[in-house]
Parts: sequence; C-alpha cells; structure tokens
Amino acid sequence: MASHYLSLLVRSIFVENLALAFFLGMCSFLAVSKKVSTAIGLGFAVIVVMVITVPLNQLLLHGVLREGALTALHPSFATVDLSFLVFLTFIGTIAALVQVVEMVVDKFAPALYSALGVFLPLIAVNCAILGGSLFMAERDYGFGESVVFGLGSGIGWLLAIVALAAVREKLRYANPPAALRGLGLTFMVTGLLAVCFMAFAGIQL
Amino acid sequence: MLDKQTRSVLLDPLFDENPIGKQVLGICSALAVTTLLKPSLVMCLAVTAVLIASNVSISLIRSYIPSSIRIIVQLTIISSLVIICDQVLKAFAYGVSRQLSVFVGLIITNCILMGRAEAFAMQNGPRASFFDAVGNGVGYSLVLLLVAFFRELFGSGSVFGVAVLPLVRDGGWYVPNGLMVLSPAAFFLIGGLIWALREWKPKQIEIEPVVEIELEHGAPASRHAA
Repeated sequence: MASHYLSLLVRSIFVENLALAFFLGMCSFLAVSKKVSTAIGLGFAVIVVMVITVPLNQLLLHGVLREGALTALHPSFATVDLSFLVFLTFIGTIAALVQVVEMVVDKFAPALYSALGVFLPLIAVNCAILGGSLFMAERDYGFGESVVFGLGSGIGWLLAIVALAAVREKLRYANPPAALRGLGLTFMVTGLLAVCFMAFAGIQL
Repeated sequence: MLDKQTRSVLLDPLFDENPIGKQVLGICSALAVTTLLKPSLVMCLAVTAVLIASNVSISLIRSYIPSSIRIIVQLTIISSLVIICDQVLKAFAYGVSRQLSVFVGLIITNCILMGRAEAFAMQNGPRASFFDAVGNGVGYSLVLLLVAFFRELFGSGSVFGVAVLPLVRDGGWYVPNGLMVLSPAAFFLIGGLIWALREWKPKQIEIEPVVEIELEHGAPASRHAA
C-alpha cells in the first residue's frame, strides 16, 4: 500500500511532471522564472494550493457531483448526475480557496504573506492547479491518492520552475541572436529541461 | 469595408501582437494538443468560439461588473461557456474529445480568455470586442496549426491523418522522428517560430532592462545585461 503511494509520488514529481510533460502552468512558468527567489516563492504557493484543492475537489466530486452521490439526501436523487458541472465547481473551489488561503496567511504569517502575496492571486488562474484537479477526476483517484498526487505535482512544478529560473539567471550573460533573446531562448531551454526530465520515464517503484 | 481601427483590432493579433508569440498567452494548450493536426484544429475552433462568446458577453455587461469581483465574474462566464463547448464536443466529436482529455476543461484557465477579457472586453464595446476575439483566436490558431503541421508531418509522416511521407513500417522510406511526438519538440518548434517571427518583425525583440547585480561582497552594481 505504502509502495503504491510512493510510486504515485515519484511518478507525479518526475515522470509526469505537470510543467514539463503536460505543459501546465506554462504562462506563469515562463513569466515568473526570471529570478530564482521569486520562482521559489511561487513554487511553494503552488504546492500549498495543490495539496489543499486536489483532495477538496476529490471530496466534492465523489460527495456531490457523481451520479448517485446525492442519494443520501433523498432517494429520488439517485439518478441525478451533476458531473457536467465539474469545471465550474473546480474553478470555483480553487478561486475561493486561494482567497481563503490568502486571508489566513495574511492573518497568521504576515512575513510569508509579504513573500507570497503577489503570487497567490495569480495561482487562481494557473492551469497547473485546475489541471491537477482534472487529472484527479479523469484518473479516478481516491482521497489518499489525491493528497499524494497534489503534493507530488506541486513539488514537481517547483523543481521545474526553479531549475528554469536558475538557467535563465545564467543566460543573462549569454549572447544569443537578438531575435532569439528572451522568450524564444526560454522556450528552447524549457525544451532541453523537458528532455532531461524524460530520462525519468519508465521509473517503476 | 472596415474602418481603420477595426482593421487594426482584427489584424494586429495575427503577427504584430500574436497571443502566443508576443503576449505569451495560452501557451499550455498550444504545446499539449499539437501532436496531430485534427485535435489541434478542434482545439482552435473551441478556443476561438469560447473567446468570441466570452469577449462579447463580458463586454456587454462590462459596466455592471464591480471591479473588486470582476475576476470571479469573468471566470464564471468563461467556465459556463467551456461547459457548453465540452458538452457539444462530447455529443458530436466524442473521439476527439477523449483525445483532448483535460485540455478542453483547461480552456477555462487559458490565459488568452482572461487576458483578452481583462485587457480589451472590459474597456470596449461588443462590436470591437468581437473583432478582437476573432483576431486573437485566428492568431492563436495560426501558431497552433503551424506547430501541429510540423509535428504531425515529421513525427507521423502524415497531414490530417493522410500519409504524405510513407513510413518504413508500412513499406515506405521515411523513418519517423520520435522526438517530434514528444513534449520537448513543441518547445523547440515554438521557440524557433518566435525566433523567425522576431527576425521578420524586429520591433518585437525584447530589450532587457538594466539589471541590478549583487556582487559577491554585497555591493549592488548596475550594468546592462549582455
């Protein structure tokens, strides 16, 4: 059992890296990776939000949206299937939760808030977060699995963005063709990073 | 036929203000669905349709949206439209909808939608917003289809599923390039596309701002990045 979770964790961090294998969260991935310190801040914010939203959405999916999930309320609800509402529910949960996390962090850890503050609102529209929840729904993870998957995907995203930011800090001193500078070069570097992460493909625990 | 302003709203996003090449919006789906042309085309149509509908409807109610909750309002409108789009795809193109898997849902967080809603539809009337949406949708589709064309041609030897380069596997001569169907190829291709676009339109070249560099003993010094 434990080995199943460990395998899922390693797979979600390295093999199925959300950023480099599924291209999720690319917009902030490319926009916020100019400095390592800000990249780390955003990465940790993503981990926190992922670990909370993926299991929460799992509970909502199984407790409310699935066909027959509302039978407990009234027997006549047995055939109600609300699963077409997943997108709206998931994005609502994420947006609301990001707001709550922002307020809680502001109240109890002002230092962390000032470090993360700018990034928290950005996360609501980070496709890595919504993607994590949608993959959870598509692959039909249980509650425990969704906690592990959320954690692993968050860590994987952090690793990828910090690696890219570190490379980009060094790239400032390179002298590429003028038209390639900036965005073009960043794409190519990300491609090389993705090649590196492909070395993890096929790892089985 | 169209006045000058409308034309610039409609045509600028094609090359000068391309959502992917210049504004860095909507990258995720551009990379993920482009291994074959057919799903890419469906994705382009879906994104363009949702973009037009969301831009027009947000611009219609723009004066009634309180600015403090505008993000949630925009997200709600966009996700309702995406639900409709997803249901239509499931009903009429089930195979493609399975292939696109989570990426239909991810249209919600496709930054083009939020970006255009925020940057254009909140300030302009429905007519202008419609043309802006069409322009951006087509600009996005151009890049997507171009990337998908190369990936399918060199990765699978076909265009829209029709074999163009006969594969060795089927008795032909072309050995497919395995890298093309994997994720890194998309990054290289888009990087190359941006390079070509900026070589053609030098106005878009990024000029790096003056950066503060911490020297080892802690004294900040400023210089131009190379």
